[in-house]
Amino acid sequence: MIRYLYGDQLIDHPKLAHTMFEDRAGQFKTRLGWEVQVNAFGEERDAYDDLNPLYVIWETAMGAHGGSMRFLPTTGRTMVNEHFLDLTDGVPFQSPFIWECTRFCLSRHAEPGTAAALMLAGGEIMQGFGIRHFVGVFDARMVRIYNRIGAAPEVLGTQGAGRQTISVGLWEFSEAAQKRVSQVAGIPLQSSRDWFEKSFGDVLPQQDVSAA
Amino acid sequence: MDDVIARLECAEHPDALQAVIEWLRDYYSVDDIVYHWVSSNGDQYGCGTYDPKWVARYLEKGYLRIDPVVIGCYQRFHPVDWKRLDWSGKAARSFMQDAAEHGVGHQGYSIPIRGPNGQFALFTVSHSCDDEQWASFTELNRRDLILLAHYFNQTALKLEPGRKPEPTQPLSPREVETMTLLAVGYSRAQVAETLAISEHTLRVYIESARFKLGALNTTHAVARAMARGQIIV
Repeated sequence: MIRYLYGDQLIDHPKLAHTMFEDRAGQFKTRLGWEVQVNAFGEERDAYDDLNPLYVIWETAMGAHGGSMRFLPTTGRTMVNEHFLDLTDGVPFQSPFIWECTRFCLSRHAEPGTAAALMLAGGEIMQGFGIRHFVGVFDARMVRIYNRIGAAPEVLGTQGAGRQTISVGLWEFSEAAQKRVSQVAGIPLQSSRDWFEKSFGDVLPQQDVSAA
Repeated sequence: MDDVIARLECAEHPDALQAVIEWLRDYYSVDDIVYHWVSSNGDQYGCGTYDPKWVARYLEKGYLRIDPVVIGCYQRFHPVDWKRLDWSGKAARSFMQDAAEHGVGHQGYSIPIRGPNGQFALFTVSHSCDDEQWASFTELNRRDLILLAHYFNQTALKLEPGRKPEPTQPLSPREVETMTLLAVGYSRAQVAETLAISEHTLRVYIESARFKLGALNTTHAVARAMARGQIIV
């Protein structure tokens, strides 16, 4: 299932959090050779993890991390505005309707459909919170996977070579795209919606609230 | 509405915020709108249309520590409908009852804002109506309300004693080109073609420029860029 957790909520999900940061070390340090810091616990964390971001995490049946991504509003500090301006024509993106998505990560044991499930969750965020665009920093080779899912970003710029190729791109989602991604993920739209509602609080009917 | 934002921007005293928030309440025909600032050391400041008796009671009772809206929005950055908050605790329920007795509507939509150095603010619209009406109100107006929330906070930060005014956010050369072409009447498709970018990228440039210019829509953004001399046509 998908969980939406702010940084300060990870403490209630220690296994999920640890395996996420561990899988990030595996992906970004070991497999891609990016210049990222891995701590004594084998976890990859950076300065943006300290800003209480919103994580979207695929939790496996065993309660471990299957894949994840990290969101921050572009009205505050973001990686793309602080490190990748040369890839965005020098435009620092700044709007409450543009969120940054970074550290898109899949566990080595990720089940098929995990990447699509995460994309589906991205669509829930857009719909649920009135977000129009995501600006993402990602491993350039992921573009193939994003395309296959049916959630292709528009790549603004790319730097580096080989495994260390990093791209900045933009996403937006239509309802039609959501349906497509839902099929690829093998997850009904309703389940995706239910997970979102579960994380952000079920809506109580009005009479329950006023009777409270 | 454009006027109101201009008034916010040139506000030199917190009283101006109060006048604007009252105007907005009338404009949206809702019971109340409140802007509530909490700094990292617990200092509070606010303006809004709640009954002053309720505000005094809120402070006297130390409701800041109980209020599910503050608890549910603190350290968050997504807008929240009050129905999604946890009102189940005993303290929360009696708080809600007290609020209702002081005329606070049972429907609410709160927009949390993270400012610099742990500053946190909430911009809340509340009302009394049924769920369906409230859902259509928030769906229709949430984007404008989110922008207003941020513009309110920028003004409040500017007015905070001892704070150096933040320099006007400059537009990048790409954004200047975009706004200039829009100002001379190019369509979005023509601007995208001229700049050799996709319309999707262009939409993001415009979205971002609009926020930096403190505008609610593209037309307004173009007008403000011209008025500020950031583009010359």
